[in-house]
Amino acid sequence: MTQSYLSIEGIARRFQAPGGKGSTVFEDLWFSMNKGDFAAIIGHSGCGKTTVLNILAGLDAPDEGAVVMDGKAIEGPSLDRAVIFQSHALLPWKSVLGNVAYAVASRHRDWSRDRVRAHAERFIEVVGLKGAEHKKPAELSGGMKQRVGIARALSIEPKMLLMDEPFSALDALTRGTLQDEVRRICLETGQTVFMITHDVDEAIYLADRIVLMTNGPQACVAEIVDNPLPRDRRRLDLHKQPDFYAVRNHLIDFLVERSRTFKDGLPPDYDRRRPPVVRPAHLPPTPPDGVRAA
Amino acid sequence: MLPLRLRAALLSVLILVVFLLAWQGATAGFGGGGGGPATGMDPEYAKLMGLTATTGKSAMPSPVEVGRQLWAVLSDPFYDKGPNDKGLGIQLAFSLARVLIGYGIAVAVAIPLGFVIGMSPLMSRALDPFIQVLKPISPLAWMPLALYTIKDSGISAVFVIFICSVWPMLLNTAFGVASVRKEWLNVARTLEVGPLKRAFTIILPAAAPTILTGMRISIGIAWLVIVAAEMLVGGTGIGYFVWNEWNNLSITNVIIAILVIGVMGMMLDQILATVARLVTFPE
Repeated sequence: MTQSYLSIEGIARRFQAPGGKGSTVFEDLWFSMNKGDFAAIIGHSGCGKTTVLNILAGLDAPDEGAVVMDGKAIEGPSLDRAVIFQSHALLPWKSVLGNVAYAVASRHRDWSRDRVRAHAERFIEVVGLKGAEHKKPAELSGGMKQRVGIARALSIEPKMLLMDEPFSALDALTRGTLQDEVRRICLETGQTVFMITHDVDEAIYLADRIVLMTNGPQACVAEIVDNPLPRDRRRLDLHKQPDFYAVRNHLIDFLVERSRTFKDGLPPDYDRRRPPVVRPAHLPPTPPDGVRAA
Repeated sequence: MLPLRLRAALLSVLILVVFLLAWQGATAGFGGGGGGPATGMDPEYAKLMGLTATTGKSAMPSPVEVGRQLWAVLSDPFYDKGPNDKGLGIQLAFSLARVLIGYGIAVAVAIPLGFVIGMSPLMSRALDPFIQVLKPISPLAWMPLALYTIKDSGISAVFVIFICSVWPMLLNTAFGVASVRKEWLNVARTLEVGPLKRAFTIILPAAAPTILTGMRISIGIAWLVIVAAEMLVGGTGIGYFVWNEWNNLSITNVIIAILVIGVMGMMLDQILATVARLVTFPE
């Protein structure tokens, strides 16, 4: 666990409710990621997913515990971690180029204007927005806006990408295309990604590991699903993969039933520090060491 | 069917013509001759009373007279024949200078202070009672205090302009700054943008439309107040001009001054409206 690239170590977050009674969103939360991992976190509203992401981003601080990334404790926002916001959060008075260049110039404060511009243009091209550099966000469709958000996050070449339901505001068609591109870019660059999602299929397609969180308050990590699908999976024939429905049913079953009841009947060997790792499969396989089949 | 803009323009012209005709009709004399109110009046008394009594002519000038006088005034706006007889252009320039100085100082105070109030809930709450009490005070109520402490009447007028234009800008700036979207601030935070740079690159552009709204309200109030202030302090300015012409009983010049005040106010407002359009962003 100490070798992990990112390690969340026993964090808790409490909110002071009016009237003096505090409420604990989650406590004693443990989770770790290796470099190049793509992890998705799934859970119902109110389980504190966004709070976890904000803590990783440094926009919020845990009341207990700590998060260590690349050997350093996270103590506030940093250019090492880029956030792709659900609402894309573009600056509406700046053009596409202006929005991306703002991030690039913040990252590389000593760069010349031309160099910043060239760097920004390269990432605008990566997300397929070449030709729209001088448009204002208001002139773009929802999908294009989120592309700008992705370009802005990638342009600072962060150690880690944090995505807060990045595709939830998009229509199904646009969402699919953007998922493909995000997966391609992340695989090509070996980007470490932490994503929040509500969409089970999105999690299965994009993530290597899926973190299941129980319902709040006092939410915890119920288990970590190791995605059994091959790494070269494609969105179009995802449902034809032999293990697809095993994973999908496992996730849906968790969201519908177990996210609510999990805490009432904790497995005897449940350890908050090492939540069980599950690898759903269509046939009972011979499980590798330390990995339990569901 | 003509386009809406053209129809509106035609209607505007029509309304103006009707208004001018009504004015002309209302101010035309009874035509003199027999049957007028002067019949049987003591000739000396009639001479004293002037045309108003003898021919029934109104002291209110007709639009033609105003037009003629307007042309005369506008063709030589910058003459200076002593303290009581200056061209309309000179008077207007005095008023504009006072407004711009007082307004400029108000901008310099209100926008930074508004930033502080908008960014700090502590300052916002601490200063709120003062603002709530000071804001509703009529700017002219400050005049005696200003005259006593500043002693110079011209600077007192500038002070009154300052005090009346500072509040809308202060409140709008504070509101605009306080309601900058959290997500934009979070973008700046994740990019490790420093507080000063954040104020200039995120908060200022985001709050600019609201700030400009405040500035536009303020310039309107400042232009309203300068006339009243100059009537009180006297000496120079368009407000003084109005009062002076009233004392001269030159209703024509009063009407001309009213017209000029209106046009100038509109121009000031339009300048700020243009700036506001430049900083407004669609979402």
